[in-house]
Amino acid sequence: MTDISLVEWSRWQFALTAMYHWLFVPLTLGLAIILGIMESIYVKTGNPEWKRITKFWMTLFGINFAIGVATGIILEFQFGTNWSNYSWFVGDIFGAPLAIEGIMAFFLESTFIAVMFFGWNKVSKKFHLMSTWLVAIGANLSALWILVANAWMQYPAGMHFNPDTARNEMINFWDVLLSPVAINKFLHTINSGFVTASVFVVAVSAWYLLKKRETQLAIRSIKIAAIFGLVSSLYIAYNGDGSAKQVAKYQPMKLSVMEGLVKGTTDAPLSILGITTKPDEKDSLEIAKVKYSIEIPGMLSFLAFNDANAFVPGIHDLIYGNKEHNILSFNEKKERGLLARNMLKELQEAKKNGNVEAYQKNREEFMSTEFQKNYFAYFGYSFIKNPSQLIPSIPLIFYSFRIMVALGIFFILLFALVLWNTYKSDLGSKRWLLYIMLWSLPLPYIASQCGWIVAEVGRQPWVIQDYLPTLAAVSNLNVSAVQVTFWLFAAIFTALLIAEIKIMFKQIKLGPGELKK
Amino acid sequence: MAAVIKKVVMFYVDGFRSMTVGRKLWIIILVKLFVMFAVLKLFFFKDFLGERFKNNSQQKSNYVLEQITK
Repeated sequence: MTDISLVEWSRWQFALTAMYHWLFVPLTLGLAIILGIMESIYVKTGNPEWKRITKFWMTLFGINFAIGVATGIILEFQFGTNWSNYSWFVGDIFGAPLAIEGIMAFFLESTFIAVMFFGWNKVSKKFHLMSTWLVAIGANLSALWILVANAWMQYPAGMHFNPDTARNEMINFWDVLLSPVAINKFLHTINSGFVTASVFVVAVSAWYLLKKRETQLAIRSIKIAAIFGLVSSLYIAYNGDGSAKQVAKYQPMKLSVMEGLVKGTTDAPLSILGITTKPDEKDSLEIAKVKYSIEIPGMLSFLAFNDANAFVPGIHDLIYGNKEHNILSFNEKKERGLLARNMLKELQEAKKNGNVEAYQKNREEFMSTEFQKNYFAYFGYSFIKNPSQLIPSIPLIFYSFRIMVALGIFFILLFALVLWNTYKSDLGSKRWLLYIMLWSLPLPYIASQCGWIVAEVGRQPWVIQDYLPTLAAVSNLNVSAVQVTFWLFAAIFTALLIAEIKIMFKQIKLGPGELKK
Repeated sequence: MAAVIKKVVMFYVDGFRSMTVGRKLWIIILVKLFVMFAVLKLFFFKDFLGERFKNNSQQKSNYVLEQITK
């Protein structure tokens, strides 16, 4: 039996690394595009002030890139060490996108980033501009492959499981790459990076305006960032609606937990705000309740299924089943999963004993479409002892989701307000707005961390949706070894973060300086 | 060919020489990569299956099958 504290510590370790990694990535994704826009204006107008502006933000981009680069590699170390069953089980599904990401990141980013930083006055203006755009495209394409792999875990598609190797094999690359979850996740995530970078540019520029320094640089930067940020944040709102529909379709438990919806209903309301309370003592599922909820009737049904009267299953429907709506109960799914697991076991025994006839018969049945769809699709449930294990933390997901959405709305208003005041009045004289802009700096980081909490904690207990729970994916390691590396990472990443903040602040205080001839 | 290589090398050498904040960043990058690959990977993050079964894929498969069917 897998030690639960080993699973928990391994999850904490992965979460810590991923969350720190994600402090560095979004700014790189968005600022690279903003640099491309600024340099394009420079090349088009020939105005050296735009070159100065581009070079200033490029220096800040360089600091963030240098500190953040390769922090994601540690996640790959953890796959092989802490999550070896998962790494093997997932097979080439994860390997192929990560390999493409590695090659793409190496060739596109590492080659052209050198031209971007060292190439001013050494290559033509157009070649330099092309390099800047290729760095931006390369960085965002790198994110594509990682997010494709992540999306596959949320919605496994385009593969089949080979019972001889215990690995999933890709049967359709395009089903993996173009799965609706992958496309949506990619666009949602990179746009969150665009918003982060836009807020960063707006906040730093606001600081200059408050200090009455670099006014022209600040105003021009704000115009670019606020337009880019407004477009990106509006797109996120649109795209988030698509994500909700996919969650409703492929991960209904996540949706129920996001809304604290215990019993399924038609005309399901959307909870705008609420307070989660402790579960009732008699409740064997230990479901935290949402109280004092401010709701919009029918809105959840509409957002999930484009129909205000549609039925949205609640946690009870997903655990106990609902015949009217064709929802299998946990017990039924577990039975099917156990059947698949026993079949896999029998297959191995037949192979080991040299019983060719039994092996071939079982293998044929195991690989049949019907068995895969009706039994192996529930393989992961065979590991679940208690149905309460299927319910992610309601308070964590409920509040994280609302913080993310509230901040998303705030960013739309912020960018719109900043743009209005930039074009219609003297932004520099509106100190209250400049302070809001400045103090908004940490907010996109909080929003995107909350988004990842909803996406990742919200799909617990699954490491691969319905196929493999975390407790079966983890390596049989000593818990103390995982604890040591957890604290080691906490120290290393905190040091990196402090270094980033210190160097970044110092560089911002120094300012862009004069443009060298 | 040699001239092209020399030009590329000089491009990087000049670039590094003219760096200001970049030097500090390069030190951070190099220390970070050293810690990651020479310390963490080597001592803390050994390949769990690779360590036990070297390059024998069948043994790795058997082990994982045993883990997920026990």
